[in-house]
Amino acid sequence: MLEISDLRVSVGGKDILKGINLTVNAGEVHAIMGPNGSGKSTLSHVIAGREGYEVTGGSVLYGGKDLMEMEPEERAREGVFLAFQYPVEIPGVNNVYFLKAAVNAVRKHQGLDELDAIDFMKLVKEKAKAVKMDESLLKRAVNEGFSGGEKKRNEIFQMAVLEPKLAVLDETDSGLDIDALRIVAEGVNSLRNEHRSIMLVTHYQRLLNYIEPDYVHVLADGRIVKSGDRRLAEELEERGYGWVLKREVAA
Amino acid sequence: MSGQSTSVAQTPAMSASVVDHYLSEHAAVGPTLPALGVAWIDGLRREGRDAFAKLGFPTPRDEAWKYTRVAPIEKRAFRLQGELCIGFDEDDIAPFLLPTLACHRLVFVNGRYAPPLSKPGKLSPGARLMSMDRALREHADLLESHLGRHADPSANGFTALNAAFMADGACLILGARTRLEKPVHLVFLSIPQEEPVVAHPRNLVVAGEGSQAQVIESYASLGTGTYWTNVVTELVVGENATLDHYRIQEEHTRAFHVATLQAHQARDSRLRSHSVSFGAQLARNDINAQLDAEGSECVLNGLFMADGRQHVDFHTTVEHARPHGSSQEYFKGILDGRSRGVFNGRVHVHPGAQKTDAMQSNRNLLLSKDAEVDTKPELEIYADDVKCSHGATVGQLDPDMLFYLRARGIDGATARGLLTYGFAQDVIDRMPIPQVRERLSHTLLTRVPDAEHVKGMV
Repeated sequence: MLEISDLRVSVGGKDILKGINLTVNAGEVHAIMGPNGSGKSTLSHVIAGREGYEVTGGSVLYGGKDLMEMEPEERAREGVFLAFQYPVEIPGVNNVYFLKAAVNAVRKHQGLDELDAIDFMKLVKEKAKAVKMDESLLKRAVNEGFSGGEKKRNEIFQMAVLEPKLAVLDETDSGLDIDALRIVAEGVNSLRNEHRSIMLVTHYQRLLNYIEPDYVHVLADGRIVKSGDRRLAEELEERGYGWVLKREVAA
Repeated sequence: MSGQSTSVAQTPAMSASVVDHYLSEHAAVGPTLPALGVAWIDGLRREGRDAFAKLGFPTPRDEAWKYTRVAPIEKRAFRLQGELCIGFDEDDIAPFLLPTLACHRLVFVNGRYAPPLSKPGKLSPGARLMSMDRALREHADLLESHLGRHADPSANGFTALNAAFMADGACLILGARTRLEKPVHLVFLSIPQEEPVVAHPRNLVVAGEGSQAQVIESYASLGTGTYWTNVVTELVVGENATLDHYRIQEEHTRAFHVATLQAHQARDSRLRSHSVSFGAQLARNDINAQLDAEGSECVLNGLFMADGRQHVDFHTTVEHARPHGSSQEYFKGILDGRSRGVFNGRVHVHPGAQKTDAMQSNRNLLLSKDAEVDTKPELEIYADDVKCSHGATVGQLDPDMLFYLRARGIDGATARGLLTYGFAQDVIDRMPIPQVRERLSHTLLTRVPDAEHVKGMV
């Protein structure tokens, strides 16, 4: 699904990612953990195609295609989804219109007919129920006046509607209380299947109590310094990041 | 402006011939104007004529016209439209109506009332709606204490010309506690002629004590060509009366549009005036509200959109003359191509107008690097216990918003269109009549970048 080889990225001349290697297969859930400033968000943004990042080396293949050559909207249409750490408020643009535009852009790309208003609303209502999203939020402008938890839930809701092949959740757990976290985690778990890959980018282990990853990677100073299974996350929780980083230096 | 001395030297000569043109038109047309011989009406026209003879057209040296050059109007000798044979019917004007809105409709063609196209309908007892021509001829007594008492004929060359040529337009008079259930729709259509023509519509709305009404003014073109609309509307909002007013200007991009809205508010009155400016090559809108008694409330809501070489200018003035008044101004501009926008918002709190609550906001979106906007708040406050705020912004589309939309599969062009549409939406949402909102949303959709795609999704 996703093959990242020796990816090097700089921002404003400063190297942020210094050679990332990571392979994510269909059906797998990977957790990318790391301290602040390790490059986690940069990795998510580069996968989604945000401007302002310079790829100075390496490659990212998605389904065998060069992801870096694609515009952000092409990536989305091909099934890449980024759940934003800070979802943007868009005044005046209704949530439903926005989502309909997004769904139909993806469908068109896949050679499917656009959904009409009735089928679309059916889909939206079903997915809103599945992620326990308050339907009244749908009538409002995108994220406008939403609480932090509502914004994050809206991201998961969009993910449920768009059914991506590769979902990158950028610190979706940050700023959530335990109830909101549980709802978000349930949403993610319900979308988990053998065709879909999920990357959970997070600072904290606590999300992984609810979403069990197949792999855990520790990102530090622009490199993956350690990989393992979920027990690695537990160890990080117990001993902090210092432990991995020190070992890395010693090795 | 380069070479100021040259311009100073040329202006008087040019003005003189132009002024002469309008004065001789006035001399020719004057004897045919309605209500001739009624002393106060004659006086008003004379005042307008004399003011124009003295003032001519504004120049960039007039502070209020610094950013809006009216030379393109000045250099053409616009003629008054003679008798017009109207060879079209309701189907032709349908695009300019609000088909699902039950309303009292008056249609004007090149400034003259067109009865065959109008449907005034049955009004509540206590309400009178008619053409200004008829009002002047038959009900001058009802007009005397209002017409021309608020919009000063000597304010500038445009209001002066309007007063001098005052002949037709719409007149709505509501008696005390009269409530109009249906809105009044005033449709001003212009048919460009071979030679450039001008119309000077004059409108008056008098809302008596405790009355309530909704009035929509629409301006549009039937055909292509250069012409000029020079309108003055006076709104007199009586004690505890509520008036919802709309101005929708969608004239052809070769047209000139100069409009003055002059409102006078009595105690505890409420005025909400919504202005939309989409059309004309040059559109100048002066909106003046005089809050002349305690507890009056005024909301001025506006949207302007320009492209190509269009120039659009809004000058608002809110006079807080008495205590406990409140005013809120929301203006948004969207400028594309090489267009130019101007917003000047003057708020004047008079001595003693304590507890005034005035808010003003002007936000502008520049869609091209060649578009420009000048925005200027002008607050003059002579009372110490007041709340006054203002804010003005000029910016481009937010890159974070654009990326968010693109990251969901929406292409860049559509995303820009959608965000532009979204930018204007709150101005439209502030308008209470759903049919107006729908109509404007639709128009907006045809005008945003990449309109075709956006239209499909909203």
